[in-house]
Amino acid sequence: MQLSREALLRAYRQMKVIREFEERLHIDIQTGGIAGFTHLYCGQEAVAVGVCENLTSDDKIVSTHRGHGHCLAKGCDVNGMMAEIWGSREGLCKGKGGSMHIADVDKGMMGANGIVGAGAPIAVGAALSAKIDGLGHVAIAFSGDGACNQGTTFEAMNFAVVTNAPAIFIFENNHYSEHTGFEYAVGTNNDIASRAEAFGMKIWRGDGTDFFSVDETMREVLEYVRAGHGPAAVEFDTERFFGHFEGDPQRYRGPGELDRIRETRDCLKRFRMSVTGAGLLTDADLDALDAEVLQQIEDAVIKAKAADRPTAADVLTDVYISY
Amino acid sequence: MVKMMYREAILSTIVEEMTRDPNVVVLGEDIVGGMGTAGGPEAIGGIWSTSIGLFGKFGANRVIDTPISESAIMGAAAGLALAGKRPVAELMFADFIGVSLDQIWNQMAKFRYMFGGKTKCPAVIRMAYGAGFNAAAQHSQAVHQILTGMPGLKVVMPTTPNDVKGLLRQAIRDDDPVIFLEHKALYGSSGEVSEDLDYVIPFGHARLSRAGGDVTIVSTGLLLGRCEKVADMLAAEGIGCDVIDLRTTSPIDEEAILDSVEVTGRLVVVDEAPPRCSMASDICATVAEKAFASLKAPPLGVNPPHTPVPFARELESAYLPSVEKIEAAVRKVLSFR
Ligand SMILES: Cc1ncc(C[n+]2csc(CCOP(=O)(O)OP(=O)(O)O)c2C)c(N)n1
Ligand SMILES: [Mg+2]
Repeated sequence: MQLSREALLRAYRQMKVIREFEERLHIDIQTGGIAGFTHLYCGQEAVAVGVCENLTSDDKIVSTHRGHGHCLAKGCDVNGMMAEIWGSREGLCKGKGGSMHIADVDKGMMGANGIVGAGAPIAVGAALSAKIDGLGHVAIAFSGDGACNQGTTFEAMNFAVVTNAPAIFIFENNHYSEHTGFEYAVGTNNDIASRAEAFGMKIWRGDGTDFFSVDETMREVLEYVRAGHGPAAVEFDTERFFGHFEGDPQRYRGPGELDRIRETRDCLKRFRMSVTGAGLLTDADLDALDAEVLQQIEDAVIKAKAADRPTAADVLTDVYISY
Repeated sequence: MVKMMYREAILSTIVEEMTRDPNVVVLGEDIVGGMGTAGGPEAIGGIWSTSIGLFGKFGANRVIDTPISESAIMGAAAGLALAGKRPVAELMFADFIGVSLDQIWNQMAKFRYMFGGKTKCPAVIRMAYGAGFNAAAQHSQAVHQILTGMPGLKVVMPTTPNDVKGLLRQAIRDDDPVIFLEHKALYGSSGEVSEDLDYVIPFGHARLSRAGGDVTIVSTGLLLGRCEKVADMLAAEGIGCDVIDLRTTSPIDEEAILDSVEVTGRLVVVDEAPPRCSMASDICATVAEKAFASLKAPPLGVNPPHTPVPFARELESAYLPSVEKIEAAVRKVLSFR
């Protein structure tokens, strides 16, 4: 299906926001101003955006430790996220959660997650809630090729099948779980989707470095799941451009691997090539967005650095609603 | 004695015990690091650098790099141990007991009792615990509070490299399941370590790290260093602190604590876990029950608050018991009349 000019510009912008958000964090983390573990989503933008552009604010997503892209794609505020990662009191989670726990439940973003495999069951719960409401909403669990080996993920898939829950299990196969290759860790012959299929659900596969592949796949998947046919799973083949976490020496990579994937598997380059090639958008259109996004990220960093810091008294709040 | 880091004491002890006993096997996520990648096995060697070189030395049968499957890792450790091996399993972060607690708590801890004393389960579960890295609520917790209360488990919390050496060797040779808690912030600390290949520290024996006589401070792990700092500051004022490093929370060296409190009459327990049902409340209760007559002040616990571990630097440092908070508690029990 042909996307409108507005939809194309929006998709590009969303991917670019994620890219520049992460590229900037990669730089700022090296200055020591940002604490904790940060897992960057660079390289996988087409998945988050291709999925979330097809959702409404009533659809829910559950994310992972590598959550910035999912959060931004689902509409979390750029300034609020940047401030959170900088540990500010004005952050989306008041500096209590940080990079691994960004959430905005009102936007349908039910949390990044520090526990690998914790997300899929939560998404099933949200899907069951949607089923009860009967309005055709869905819940999405983002999982990695590592998380697909967790028992919680297996349980969630079977649970969703037997309850006919409108859950969609998105497996972002970036070929690594931390420092381990998926060829070693995933036993089903380098194939995650077939495992999901064995649980009894319909599966799709797509190229997670190509926005158009993700977009088209998700249209089909969502039509199927929204119609009440039950859960589905999608495996997107994708790439992570940085280390597992910031500071990872990445000795598990092959020679030239990073240069090669940045050259041939960059979703932004591929998007630009196909839309300009087809005469849908011009380089000037995209260059203007690039400049706008860079400025937006710069502003977010300036605000995050200037934002109020939390105080000792803030440790004690937000544990309960009443106690 | 030889100088080495905490993490080196872990690795060298594992190497020594694997060399000595072919039944010792290790398993865990990324402990080889690089399996199935262009970089190849041992591209990393464990995220804490506590398993570098093991795969090359001992091979894939005894050095098992696992998928992300904590429940199965803990269960496999239980099964390996029941079947006669001596597994040393690694949970990358102690917080991941959440995913795998059944295998630890309902399985390995209880086999011997449920099976009428007719079996043993000599598994060691190593795990990195503790705050100090702004790793937030799911990667920073001290979990001894949960595990110490579970009958059937032994719980070890070494503070110094030499204690790592003696306690880990004991853990591997011990016939019961042992939880071995390694504080993340201590991996890079160094100290003199015994070179005796049979050096073990029996469980349930605390270490007196400062002798004073006016007040008893009990702790272990990262916070022990803060207690020592307070003791050294107070020593300059002529106030003597007994600082007791518990080393193991199960079994616990009650005698060392009671002996000290009988002299000092004053107790502060400094604990990295939240206050309810904690190591601190447990020890304070024991002392109140068994050394009531010696007490000159109410025993005091110093814990983080009853909250999850927060992320931001300001929040995490306010969360952890600081030198100032420990000092204030010690002065409070000293000034009680
Ligand atoms: C229960 C649990 N086990 C292990 C970890 C440590 N860990 C964090 S991310 C990760 C790898 C996850 O790989 P994958 O699911 O492929 O996601 P990716 O990092 O590639 O996005 C591991 C082992 C964790 N956070 N939680
Ligand atoms: Mg992965």
